[in-house]
Amino acid sequence: MTKSELIARLAEANPHLYHRDVERIVTTVFEEITNALAIGNRVELRGFGAFSVKNRGPRIGRNPRTGEAVDVSAKYIPYFKTGKKLRERLNAGS
Amino acid sequence: MTGSTVTRLQLGEAVYQEVGLSRNESAELLEAVLNRISDALANGETVKISSFGSFSIRQKGQRIGRNPKTGEEVPIHPRKVLVFRPSQVLKSRINENSRLETG
Repeated sequence: MTKSELIARLAEANPHLYHRDVERIVTTVFEEITNALAIGNRVELRGFGAFSVKNRGPRIGRNPRTGEAVDVSAKYIPYFKTGKKLRERLNAGS
Repeated sequence: MTGSTVTRLQLGEAVYQEVGLSRNESAELLEAVLNRISDALANGETVKISSFGSFSIRQKGQRIGRNPKTGEEVPIHPRKVLVFRPSQVLKSRINENSRLETG
């Protein structure tokens, strides 16, 4: 399912809304999560999961082709931990 | 870095500010977004949100685990796990300011 399919499915279930508004809702949700992570906040959505930012320290990497050592600087990476309810749903009936 | 936690409340408020719906309906729509994503994942679908990232399901095989306290061997059953792969856009948004200097 892509973002546009998600919008289409929501629009179908909510015929009283303009398609354009459904699009704005979906875009807003992901933009807000992105903005929160960009300032170092954590986003916790009980039952679904939590987004957070993890720090990766600097390290010496290697160019896999030449074997040459390269400095990789410290960076932040987004991380998602699946919520309990969703995790249980994924494994329901197995 | 502020380090506080954003929840449904703030996301619902952002939807409310953006679209001309009531607070209640905004909260319901946020929930509907999360539910649609969960439904798709529970069906084994991969969910790709452009400029954010993709959620996919990975099947894990059975393995032998160990109770770290007692040393006892316990089987870990095969299971499905959700993997989130952030998009390049999200990764660069998170690294664009200079928080690194203080961290």
